[in-house]
Amino acid sequence: MVAVELGQDDDLARAAVVAAAVLDPEIPVITLEDLGVFRGAVRRQGRVIVTLTPTYTGCPATAAIQFAVEAALLKAGLADARVETVLSPPWTTDDITEAGRAKLLAYGIAPPNQSTPHGLFAEDAVACPRCGATTTTKLSEFGSTACKALWRCDACREPFDYFKCHR
Amino acid sequence: MTTTLASTMQAAIFELSLALGDDALVLGHRLTEWSSRAPMLEEDIALSNLGLDLIGQARLFYTYAGEVEGKGRREDDLAYFRDAAAYRNLLIVELEIGDFAHTIARQFLYAAFVHPYFQALAKSGDARLAEIAAKAVKEMAYHLRHASEWMIRLGDGTAESKRRVTSALDDLWGYTDEMFEVMPGERALIAAGNAPDRTAIKPKWAATVDAVLREATLTRPADRGMQSGGRQGRHTEALDHMLAEMQVLARQHPGATW
Ligand SMILES: [Zn+2]
Repeated sequence: MVAVELGQDDDLARAAVVAAAVLDPEIPVITLEDLGVFRGAVRRQGRVIVTLTPTYTGCPATAAIQFAVEAALLKAGLADARVETVLSPPWTTDDITEAGRAKLLAYGIAPPNQSTPHGLFAEDAVACPRCGATTTTKLSEFGSTACKALWRCDACREPFDYFKCHR
Repeated sequence: MTTTLASTMQAAIFELSLALGDDALVLGHRLTEWSSRAPMLEEDIALSNLGLDLIGQARLFYTYAGEVEGKGRREDDLAYFRDAAAYRNLLIVELEIGDFAHTIARQFLYAAFVHPYFQALAKSGDARLAEIAAKAVKEMAYHLRHASEWMIRLGDGTAESKRRVTSALDDLWGYTDEMFEVMPGERALIAAGNAPDRTAIKPKWAATVDAVLREATLTRPADRGMQSGGRQGRHTEALDHMLAEMQVLARQHPGATW
């Protein structure tokens, strides 16, 4: 979903690369592109506009992400570039890239399920990010941040974060 | 569309955005009152996070309301510089948090309504309302699931938990009808396909409520003494107290930054 108009416009291309590579403040191993919140860069009335989308509407990291992108653009010499937030289409965990899912797993966070229906009383089956066992138990629907739940592996007994499915 | 019709529609969109923002902000604020005092750590975090979702939704609705109104009011102006009489929220969201069972029962009754309401609003002809609803509906699905699981746990739990959740349902039931009251300006929005008809949401709400109450071995209270007035600014004293605390800092130091 990353839309960049490439070509002769070096600043635009650079803004996209810089913004996409900013790390998520809460999970500092994945980039905004991995997370799927970087939506693209365009030029409007001569000005470079970087667009981001929030994960949850009340996510406290949204403002931090915007500041981080603005700071990165400034550092890259793109002081004139602006950051805009778009709501549509709404972000879902399906927007996390394959690279992002692999990085989450390597970091010890179980990536979100991609097929679980999110109906009432639907229960996720989550594999342990350490040993891969599927005999796991949900300890808490809410973990260290709104987007994560706390689980425990029944095989290796380690607790782990699960990036909750949100779609 | 004539200028009068267009401005009537704009005014109605402002009213609806404001009302939806007020519902979300007031309930969100109530949930954050549990922060550091919930019965268990997990729920402390859960309720705070649910509150954050609602406050995030309120910000989106307020920002849009301010833009539509065109008088330069921003989200903070709408949240902090209106008295209770200017608030348009449903009475059910402003009531004091009560015990944990009251908080859960209210969250359940509200989420069971607003989840299908946002599903329908996501199809609004007004692109902005549609995109806010499409964003918020995903969060409210979670709220509904969380509250439903607790309703079942409390209802089908101990004698004490059942007594408390039954009492909470009885206390709150009289405030549920207001969710389906169509505001005067809303009729034009419904006719134009810009807002869903609240009365059409009621069967879906009732089906969810009945299914969860059945599993929770709880009985649906009888409809009597139904309250309303929130949409007209006639609120309970509870809202005055809540706003006094919520607004004091912004009013003492207008425009403060840190
Ligand atoms: Zn394991």
